[in-house]
This record gives sequence, C-alpha cells and structure tokens, in this order.
Amino acid sequence: MSRPNNITQHVITVLVEDKPGVLARVSSMFARRGFNIHSLAVGPTADATLSRMTVVADGPEMEQIIKQLYKLVNTVKVTEHAPGEAVEREIMLVRINADSKRRGEILDAAGIFDARAVDVGKNTITFELSGEPDRLSDFLELMRPYGIVDLVKSGRIALARDPKSKNGQQRELRSA
Amino acid sequence: MSETLTGAQALIRALEHEGVDVIFGMPGGAILPAYDPLYDSPIRHVLVRHEQGAGHMASGYAHATGRVGVCLVTSGPAATNLITPLQDAYMDSIPVVAVTGQVAQTSIGMDAFQEAHTWGISMPVTKHNYLITNVDEIPDVIREAFHLAATGRPGPVLVDVPKDILNDTMAWHRPGEINLPGYKPSVKGHPRQVQAAIDMIHAAERPVLYAGGGIIRANAAERLRRFAELSNLPTVTTLMARGAIPDSHELALGMPGMHGNYTAITAMQKADLLVAIGARFDDRVTGKVEAFAPDAKVIHVDVDPAEIGKVRNAEIPIVGDADAVLEQLIFGMEHFLGSKPAPARTAWLETLAQWQQEHPLTYEQDPEGPIQQQYVIQEMHRITGGDAIVVAGVGQHQMWASQYWGFEKPRTWINSGGLGTMGYAIPAAIGAKAGVPDELVIAFDGDGCFQMTMQELVTASVEKIPVKIMVLNNSWLGMVKQWQKLFYNERYSATDLTNHTPDFVGLAEAMGCAGLRAERPEEVGPAIEKALAINDRPVVVEFKCDPDAMVFPMVPAGGSNDDVALSVEDLA
Repeated sequence: MSRPNNITQHVITVLVEDKPGVLARVSSMFARRGFNIHSLAVGPTADATLSRMTVVADGPEMEQIIKQLYKLVNTVKVTEHAPGEAVEREIMLVRINADSKRRGEILDAAGIFDARAVDVGKNTITFELSGEPDRLSDFLELMRPYGIVDLVKSGRIALARDPKSKNGQQRELRSA
Repeated sequence: MSETLTGAQALIRALEHEGVDVIFGMPGGAILPAYDPLYDSPIRHVLVRHEQGAGHMASGYAHATGRVGVCLVTSGPAATNLITPLQDAYMDSIPVVAVTGQVAQTSIGMDAFQEAHTWGISMPVTKHNYLITNVDEIPDVIREAFHLAATGRPGPVLVDVPKDILNDTMAWHRPGEINLPGYKPSVKGHPRQVQAAIDMIHAAERPVLYAGGGIIRANAAERLRRFAELSNLPTVTTLMARGAIPDSHELALGMPGMHGNYTAITAMQKADLLVAIGARFDDRVTGKVEAFAPDAKVIHVDVDPAEIGKVRNAEIPIVGDADAVLEQLIFGMEHFLGSKPAPARTAWLETLAQWQQEHPLTYEQDPEGPIQQQYVIQEMHRITGGDAIVVAGVGQHQMWASQYWGFEKPRTWINSGGLGTMGYAIPAAIGAKAGVPDELVIAFDGDGCFQMTMQELVTASVEKIPVKIMVLNNSWLGMVKQWQKLFYNERYSATDLTNHTPDFVGLAEAMGCAGLRAERPEEVGPAIEKALAINDRPVVVEFKCDPDAMVFPMVPAGGSNDDVALSVEDLA
C-alpha cells in the first residue's frame, strides 16, 4: 500500500506511571494529532509502579507528539527507536488451510521459520511464531498461497539495545 | 489519634489547607455532601447561576490574583457545563481547580441520573484530571491538583469525586510529599543557551522582544522591562501579555497580530531577531507562518518544551520559567555589558518611532454621533486614569479594548485569548473582583457576548460584587459582520440584531444592578462618571454605538503580515 512520501512508520516506547486511564491519555494524544496507531502493546516493567507501552504509529514526524506525550503528567520517558536501535518483537497465531495432501509441505515450510504447530484440526493447522516483524511477514507471505483462515498478532514490543551490544549486526543478518 | 472525617469534610478541609478563600459553584445531587461542611467553612462560596459562569469566575479570579481559582459543581450537566471554561483556561494557561460531583461508584457506567463520563470528557481540556476511587486519596489528590494547576505551565485540573466517596469516612491526614515522577517542570534555562542568546541579542541590528502571556503567568513583568531596557529591545505585547511592559514605555510597541498596530506587526516582519518569551507563535500573531518574520532568527524561551519549535523553528531554544530565565539573561547582560554597552540600535529605534508617527491607531468621533466604541474606551481610560482591571468578552470590543486602553501593569487585562469564548467578560469580571475587591473592575462587553452570560449579574448583585459592565451595543454580531462585509459580499447572514436586542437597562435593573444608557457622544463621559459613583451594586451601562464600525488594522486570516490593512480601502 502506498503512503505519502513524508509518512513513515515510527516505533515509540512510552514509560508511564501505572495509573488508571493512562492508556486513554496516550492513545487520545495520538488520535488528536491525527496519527494512526498501527499497533500498541502495554505491559509491566521491572519497576512495579511503571508500565511500558510500545506504540507503532504512522505519521510524518514524531518530535512534536513526543513533546506532547511528555506533557502528560503520568509520562516518565518517551523514546523513539530508529530502525535497528531496538530489539523489536511480535508474536502471531495464524491458522492455515491444510488438508492432508499439503500438510507435510506446510509443516516443512513452517520448520524453516521455527513456527510451532499449536493446534491441528482436520483441515487446518494453527502456528505460533514470534520474532522480528519482518520475519512474521515473510512467513505470512509463504503461507498465503495455502490460505490464511485466521490471524492474530500481538502489538510490537521493543526494548532499546544496549549501546555496547554487538547485536545490531545480527539483526541485519537475520532479516536478509 | 487522627480525626475521623467524611470524604466531604476531608475535601473541604483539603481546600482550606490550600489557602482557598473563595469557591465559585452551584450545588446539586452528587456534590450535595460537600456542600454540608462548606456551610461551616471560612471559605466564601459564590453561588452562580450557571456552571459555565463558575468556571470563568475561577479563571477571572486566577488572572487577577495569580492564585488558583476554584469551582465546585455537581455531576452530569453541571460537569459538562464546565467544559468550555476548562478549555478556555487550558488555552490561556490559567490555574484553575474544578471539583465535580460524580454518581456513586456502583452507578458509574450505568447511565445513572445525572451521570456523565466527566473524567473522559474533561481529559483533553485539562492539564490533568482525577477520578477519586478511595476516600483516603482526597488530601493527596487535592494537593497534587493545586500543585499541577499552579506550577510549570499553569492550567486547569479537574477532580471528579463520586458521591459514595464523599459519604465514606477516613482518618484525616495531611497530604504527603508530592510524588509525580513524570512531572518535573524546568525552572532555570540551560546556562550555555542563555549565553548564546545574549551573544545573539548583542549582535542583532533589528531585534524585537516578543512578550507573550507567559510573562504575566510567571510574574515576570518587572524583569521583562529591565531586560528590554538593558539590551535596548523594542517590545511587542501579545493579546495575552498586555501590561507586561507599560504601554507608555518608550520601548513598548503595543500589540502585534491580526488586529495589532502597524508598528508592532511590521517590526516583527522586518526584524533580524525575535526574542520570544512565554509566547507561542499563535496564528493570530503570525498570520501566514511561511511569510512571518522572514529574516528573523528566533530565541524562544518557554516553560513548555512542546511550544518550542511547534510553529517556528528556534535557533536558540531555552526551556525554563520566564522569570527565572529573564533573571539569568539580566545577570548575563550585566556582566557581558560590563565593558561594552548594549548596542544603541539608533537607526532601528528611529525607524520604529517613525512608523508609530506615520501609522497610529485612528478613528474619528463625529460629535453628532454615533458613538464610536473606541471613544468609550478612551473616555473610560481618561476618567479613571487607567487605574482599573479591564475585562473583555470576545469580538470587536475586545480588540478595541486591547488597542485603546493603555496598560501599565500586569494582571490588569483579562480576556479569553486562545479559545475566544464569547460571554467571558461578565463572569470573569465577577471572579476578578471577588479576588481583588479593592480594585476597580471594568468589563467592556458586546451586546452579543452580554446575552450569553448575563444571568451572572444576578450572582454579582446578590453577592455584592460591584463590577462595571460597559455594553458597547452595536446591535450586531460585529466581528462576524465585519468579515461578512469584507469577505462575503456584504451578505449579513444571521448577524443583524437590530431591533432584536433586549432592553439592557431594564435587564440590568431586573437583575439588581444599576442600569444606565448613553446614546450620544456627549453622554458618554457623564454616564461613565455616574457608573463609577455607584459602588453598592453592579452597574451596566449601555452605549448605543456605531453599527458599522470596523476593527483596523487588520491582517486577513491566512494572509501575510506584510499585507496589513490600515483601513477598509486597503482591502478593496
């Protein structure tokens, strides 16, 4: 799908106080600025008083919305992750049409991706796959010809890489 | 052993601990428990006639006093009636705390009688808001609400309190330390940025100091003047900053923007440096952004980082409190300038003086009438010596009041700048007068605005808050008419109130105020004298004004500030 040139996808993590309504405050800020939230994941952190949100949003630039997120009283820290700067993961459950003739073929293909068959029915197999977003997309492309019956994806989660880690390299290797 | 209080008692006590001396409000079902302890409290309660009035009164109070204004209303329709004043206070950074009743927690979400999702509705119109879910939270939440309203960039905070919480009991305790890990407003500016700013100011040939409402909010007017003098900076004061530097000061250029004066507008257009402090490059100031101050570098000082770079990129951004940063700038200037004085900038200042002489604000009062609105404002200024707090609604009268009243002090000009809320003047004037009862409080209002909130004059007369309301009655929705005349081929759709305005004098008297009227120019002065002599009740003076008067200068919406029109001929 084509997007206007200046619209790109941004990955932002928002560290917030774990208080009622804080998710509404953050999502409403994106809505007010007219940014479409692509995915959103919220969960606890190592500090019991804080939650981390990972927001993937489409928009021209994030500087202003980051400043406005900081204005929210419950927001402690906002980070935008440039590509490669964070470890990014998604998890997916996908149910594929798999009659007995093609089952072996599908399982072989799934094996390449380390996708785990978590439910097997008469005519379908459900796989669980987690990993980098691109990897999930690649797997879906591979499965599409067989027929995707149903699909659920978690929002993306992201954690900034340790600046001294060597894993920046690894990402490129695996996406290639 | 600590004292056992109901939630309602704890709420009122917490408000007392914040030093609240007046609450503007109206009781109702869900908030009823709070009105019982309020009955015995030393806090003065001003009973309004509509909750919108309570919100604007709290705002007027905060404007005039610099303290947090407080309003108290019930759930549902009362809370929704507060939304306009909350958004108004949010746009103009006015510290207000609103306490709303809520249905009992067991009824929340059940479409109960007088239930509204106040927390959700008020979220985008407040700096922060709370729904109290545990009676023990009351002291801390009220402490936080006042802290948030008054510090950093001030703004409104709403606290929604379910009825069962008000009726519950708690062991009273004083609030603990404020613990807001995500809220740490900057006070001082970064020293390196401050030094860079001083260097840039020193090097500028055509600088303009662009003072915004943040100067007033931060009580920074004294230091602003000192800074302007030290560095020879001609200074514009935005609609929210009128009075930040005395209009009589030789460096004062008055108001810029859509209805600013020629010199203030053009000085910014020709400037090589804008020093913006507590200003937000509002569209009413910049006109077409791409054409605004094209040659100027920008130093932008603001307590709110989200304002810096929002509209216009700043070469030197400084995040900090206006007064604290001005103190740093002054200190730096004094040391920097120890060996060399600030540039005299004679040529620039002479150019500005020449523009002022060539393009003053003008209008003509024909002795035969009709009364010109500007004349009423100038007569009031002459008779009072300008020693008053001036309040305005929204529209032509507001622009004329800002243009023609000479403001000498901060907190003497109260109006709705960002939201442009018609009907603001009457309740805001009442709130201001309640806050500073020894000051003369004069509202200039339009006939359209007056009819939006006039019922609060009952509040003013019952509560003995003797405000002076000057209704500049042109029998039109004048600003809209002006646009229809200029941009809609004189098709006056839904703006003509001629023969449809009520009897303002009769209304005033019916509401317990003195009512006066002036129909001819020679009656203006005497009517004002008479109004100023009545101090035992509010006064309304209706001035029958020119229905065709228009506000000039004018930069048409979306136009470049290079194309400022000084009269209707310039727009032909």
